[in-house]
Amino acid sequence: MDIFDSFLLEAVINGLLLGGILALLALGLNLIFGVIDVVWICYAEMIMIGMYSVYYLHNVYGWPLWLAFIAAVAIVAVMGVALHQFVVKPVLAAEPINQLLVTGGVLFLLQAAATLVFGVEFRNIGVKLPQLQLGEMYFSFARLVAFLVALAGMIGVYLFLKRSYLGTAIRAISQDRAIMPLMGVNPDRIFLVTSALGGGLAGLAACLLVLQYDIHPAIGLSFGPITFLVCVLGGLGNMVGGFIAAFIFAQFISVGGFFLHSEWGYVLAFVFFIAAMFWRPQGILGGK
Amino acid sequence: MNVLRWALLAALAAAPFSGMGNYPLHLLIMCLLWGFVYTGWAVMGRLGLVSLGHGAFLGIGGYVGVMAWNHWGLSPWLGLPLALALAALVAFVIGYPCFRFKIVGHYFALVTLALSEVTRLVIVALRDQTGGSLGATPRTAMQGAEWSLFALQFPSKLVWFYIVMGCWLAGLWIWTRVDRSMARLALQAISQEEEAAASIGMNVTRLKLSVTLISALMTCFGGVLYAQYQQYVNPETVSGIGISLQMVFGAIAGGMFVRLGPTVGAAFTLLLAEGLRLGVGHDIHGLDTTLYGLMLVLFIIFMPKGILGAAQEAWEKRYPVLLRAN
Repeated sequence: MDIFDSFLLEAVINGLLLGGILALLALGLNLIFGVIDVVWICYAEMIMIGMYSVYYLHNVYGWPLWLAFIAAVAIVAVMGVALHQFVVKPVLAAEPINQLLVTGGVLFLLQAAATLVFGVEFRNIGVKLPQLQLGEMYFSFARLVAFLVALAGMIGVYLFLKRSYLGTAIRAISQDRAIMPLMGVNPDRIFLVTSALGGGLAGLAACLLVLQYDIHPAIGLSFGPITFLVCVLGGLGNMVGGFIAAFIFAQFISVGGFFLHSEWGYVLAFVFFIAAMFWRPQGILGGK
Repeated sequence: MNVLRWALLAALAAAPFSGMGNYPLHLLIMCLLWGFVYTGWAVMGRLGLVSLGHGAFLGIGGYVGVMAWNHWGLSPWLGLPLALALAALVAFVIGYPCFRFKIVGHYFALVTLALSEVTRLVIVALRDQTGGSLGATPRTAMQGAEWSLFALQFPSKLVWFYIVMGCWLAGLWIWTRVDRSMARLALQAISQEEEAAASIGMNVTRLKLSVTLISALMTCFGGVLYAQYQQYVNPETVSGIGISLQMVFGAIAGGMFVRLGPTVGAAFTLLLAEGLRLGVGHDIHGLDTTLYGLMLVLFIIFMPKGILGAAQEAWEKRYPVLLRAN
């Protein structure tokens, strides 16, 4: 019973907190895929841009942190709109392979551009949030905040989709793209709104991640692939499935990383993912 | 056309004797080597199986050979089949559930993307054996000797040129064999309407798996060659997302539906990267890759068939009879 000490419990709870962030990441990606039918492979790189925005506005230009956060969300939301308008829209009618690859090209571009503009140094906004102590266990306050904000963000998006007129139109478009224009919904406008929303969620994730991690041009790679796995396991476009899958993966990373090197946590998560594909290929909540 | 083809091939084979320097010869070798690898990707990529994870197979090829040599003293001649076996196993373990359970399109791309990143993480995590992010160098076998056939280490670029050219030709031959097979037609049908293809008796899983195996083995082979030629492997350059995307873009830029497309793409991307690096220099870190990335995005939007594909289309429009006769 030596394993079940408080350190393991600490890893489990940290995993739970990490799950909130992963769920938020997956939510934005799922929303966009569900509505526009395109995967933003560069999603994590947009978060990286958001993190740099916070850093520059707060640490270089001296904006207050809350204002920098709001600005970062806005910047990434605008980026999302631009990405849709200039990159995704021209290939919407093209072969599926082009839609897949064009955002991959943006990933490459954003990473390289970040290296060019911001340099390869690791940056930190230097905001230290206190550690929480609970018995013998320590938790990062930043993680708890991230978890709660991610949860609130998800509830907000849920209410928006369920209660507002625009949200209803978005859900309708995701169900039948051909019929909705006949009902007086302009798909172009809905796509732009969705892109802005997806970008805004990426910006929100950036604000939460910047409290915990150093910023560098390749940071997107440390959570991009895991977000994709979360989305596929949950069923691409299925937001509830993505939510559950996020917490499963987070446990693998946190507990796996507790016993072994942190890289092995990711590897374990991937092995689990492959096993899960045999078990439920449509995703854990896939109906078909 | 046939005479022209042989003449060009002979010219290529004679190229090293034209008095070119070491650097152009190195570029030529790299063009052919990446041409071979990109062709390997295109074997499956053109059939609707978009893998963003071929960095995994390249990484297995690069690392297994070097690790077997460094740790067990196993000659790369034996490391090569070992690497190929491991690549085949990985391709099977990933491919089987994907194909059996109809994980296609976006799903497939994302799964393979994660695979390439996981391979990189495994290499980094085994840092005690692989040297982690610092990369690894095969132990030299040339104590006094000029070259070693046993260790597959040749300092002469000329030897490597002919080895790589042979592989490249073999790669084109494989591409052609696949292109002319019934399986290619079947896979094309599958990529358009999987259910309909399955309903008339095509074994979807088996067809997809076989073409994936061919593609993975070619890429892995390229990885072994790369490691032996460069005498250095690094997890960032042989595995992970960066190189996986680079392969895809190379093949697309050249035109993945044409036999020589991936090779043209390899030459184009390599010369572009080198040209930008020489022209812009190292001082402005990242400018070359930024321009490179921008061009890739523009390529996919405006010239989705690639350089050679677009050229061929224009040519066909102009001389419709000539090409059909060939």
